[in-house]
Amino acid sequence: MLEISNLHVKLEEEDKQILKGVDLKIGAGEVHAIMGPNGSGKSTLSYVLSGRDGYEVTEGSAELQGADVLDMEPEERAAAGLFLAFQYPVEIPGVGNMTFLRTAVNAQRKARGEEEMSSTEFLKVIRARAKDLKIDAEMLKRPVNVGFSGGEKKRNEILQMAMLEPKMCILDETDSGLDVDAMKLVADGVNALRSEGRSFLVITHYQRLLDHIKPDVVHIMADGRIVKTGGPELALEVENNGYADIMAEVG
Amino acid sequence: MALPQQKTDLTEARIAALALPEVAGWSEPARKDALARLRATGLPHRRDEYWRYTRPESLTSPEAEKAAIFDAEEAPLFDGQAQLKIVFVDGVFDAEASDDLELAGIEIERLETAAQSDIHWARGLYGSLETAGQTPVARPLATLNTAYASDGVLIRATGKADRPVSLIYQHRDETADAMLHHVVRIEEGAALTLLENGPGAARFNTVMEVEVADNAAFHHIRIQGRDHERRAATHAFARLGTESVFKSFTLTVNGVMTRNECVIELTGDDAQAHVAGAAVGDGDFHHDDTVFITHDALNCESRQVFKKVLRNGATGVFQGKILVKADAQKTDGYQISQALLLDDDSQFLAKPELEIYADDVACSHGSTTGAIDETALFYLRSRGVPLAEAQDLMVLSFLAEALEEIDDKEIAADLTTRLAAWLARRRS
Ligand SMILES: Nc1ncnc2c1ncn2[C@@H]1O[C@H](COP(=O)(O)OP(=O)(O)O)[C@@H](O)[C@H]1O
Ligand SMILES: [Mg+2]
Repeated sequence: MLEISNLHVKLEEEDKQILKGVDLKIGAGEVHAIMGPNGSGKSTLSYVLSGRDGYEVTEGSAELQGADVLDMEPEERAAAGLFLAFQYPVEIPGVGNMTFLRTAVNAQRKARGEEEMSSTEFLKVIRARAKDLKIDAEMLKRPVNVGFSGGEKKRNEILQMAMLEPKMCILDETDSGLDVDAMKLVADGVNALRSEGRSFLVITHYQRLLDHIKPDVVHIMADGRIVKTGGPELALEVENNGYADIMAEVG
Repeated sequence: MALPQQKTDLTEARIAALALPEVAGWSEPARKDALARLRATGLPHRRDEYWRYTRPESLTSPEAEKAAIFDAEEAPLFDGQAQLKIVFVDGVFDAEASDDLELAGIEIERLETAAQSDIHWARGLYGSLETAGQTPVARPLATLNTAYASDGVLIRATGKADRPVSLIYQHRDETADAMLHHVVRIEEGAALTLLENGPGAARFNTVMEVEVADNAAFHHIRIQGRDHERRAATHAFARLGTESVFKSFTLTVNGVMTRNECVIELTGDDAQAHVAGAAVGDGDFHHDDTVFITHDALNCESRQVFKKVLRNGATGVFQGKILVKADAQKTDGYQISQALLLDDDSQFLAKPELEIYADDVACSHGSTTGAIDETALFYLRSRGVPLAEAQDLMVLSFLAEALEEIDDKEIAADLTTRLAAWLARRRS
């Protein structure tokens, strides 16, 4: 699904190297987790993959189903099936959540040469998906993320993911700032979307989320590199001993 | 003080091209008075402080510059809305296109015909709010209008109108130079919504005097037409009684020269005055909102919310003032003016002013100039919304705060939809 090779990224404006050779291969239907200390480059990786300005790829590649994503506009990456649940979802006053989502769904369909979703169909689908995430009708009408609590914003990200039905979902600290119930909702939302044709990259600090979303593979990122890869037990190790041991081990 | 020769010449040249109506009826004294006042002040000159950011030449020249007729190729705005239509083509009343001027609880007449009757409610009002609005800052284009307006509508509401009165201004002659003067009086406890739509002429000078009596409400929603080359100087003068409401919203899209002046005096306690505007323009677009709100009573609220989206060298101007007199305690005054610049060539010139003589008031004002938020833009694009559409959404997002000032949510939603279509069209 996603294949990242030797990815080097620096800031565009500064001479600061952030990713220093990331290698990552995620197969179809797999769930991978990335853990790592603050500042290790996890968000940067997610932004570079989704096409945010301000970063410069100096070396390496990233392919989504064989297509070079680094060469695409952010909207093209989305239409190609890439989705990023933001660590800090953005507030957009004056644009209704529903309007925003419909614009996005139909823009992607159009880009893929598919027929647009009718408003009745859209309403039906969004109501059902929103209900699963305990997002009420009022929240759908409100401007995008404006006045939403931290948990509501994160659930809204998962709703967008559910509506856009991406193939490669990247979740950047979707669990941070959530209480146990909200995290369960988010995890259930993610689990409901798991399928053979859909892969996940879950960035998190905590093992907690991984109790709910069971990853196939866990990576540890430090200083712009994946320094260790293992099974779910690696997350437990981090939870119990912190990063220090691993860092010492990998030098 | 003698007027500089230059101003006298400018003023005389302009009025030489005009004539007072042959039979002005009761409006004659007000017109003659206005003419005398105009000769004393002179038309605005670019060195006038109040015209620092907007060059008045094209509004004061003897003849209007040509403006190409713009075919909107769309259903007229407010089309689905129940309304009483009054149509002016290049400033000339079009009886055939207009509805009968009959609406329960509302008296509607044309200035041209009503001025012939001996007794008329508008007799003492015509020109009086305009005159009052000349201090502390002169507004000579409004005075010119009081003297020379060819027609206008006189509306007196004694009850609550069941549908809006809708003034539709069409532009057909490329050089049409029109001047209309409306007088509105909302009697105690009455309510009216007035819609205005359309460019009106190549050059359009309007005055609207609005007296809102105690417990009365006046809502005003205006769209100034999408014509690129039109020029307009509009003036609203309002006086508000106790517990009355005045709310005005203007949407301006395109136009090489627009100066919208709004002068409001809150004279009764607990009154509310809201003025808002959303403007979108490109290139030689020049748009000026000049607002002066005077608080002269207890516990009144005023709001000014102005938003402009500027591109390709367009210019936006805001001159907004809140004056709180010594006895206007408990005033709640709010003013915000913001511009979204879509490139580095455009500019926003703002002069927000507060002048407060009462001690127990809450007044705030702010003015900002900014670009589209890159993070939000990326967020939208990451959901698959193409760049241009994402920019449009950000423009709508920016303007929303002004559109939210419209009380009628259906109209606000219609305008937003229309605006979205216009934005989409201008990038195709
Ligand atoms: N736009 C930026 N400007 C300046 N520094 C940045 C920017 N983006 C990332 N960084 C720096 O890059 C490093 C990695 O950040 P980030 O990817 O956010 O880490 P993580 O998500 O793992 O906490 C940090 O040192 C951070 O300060
Ligand atoms: Mg991060």
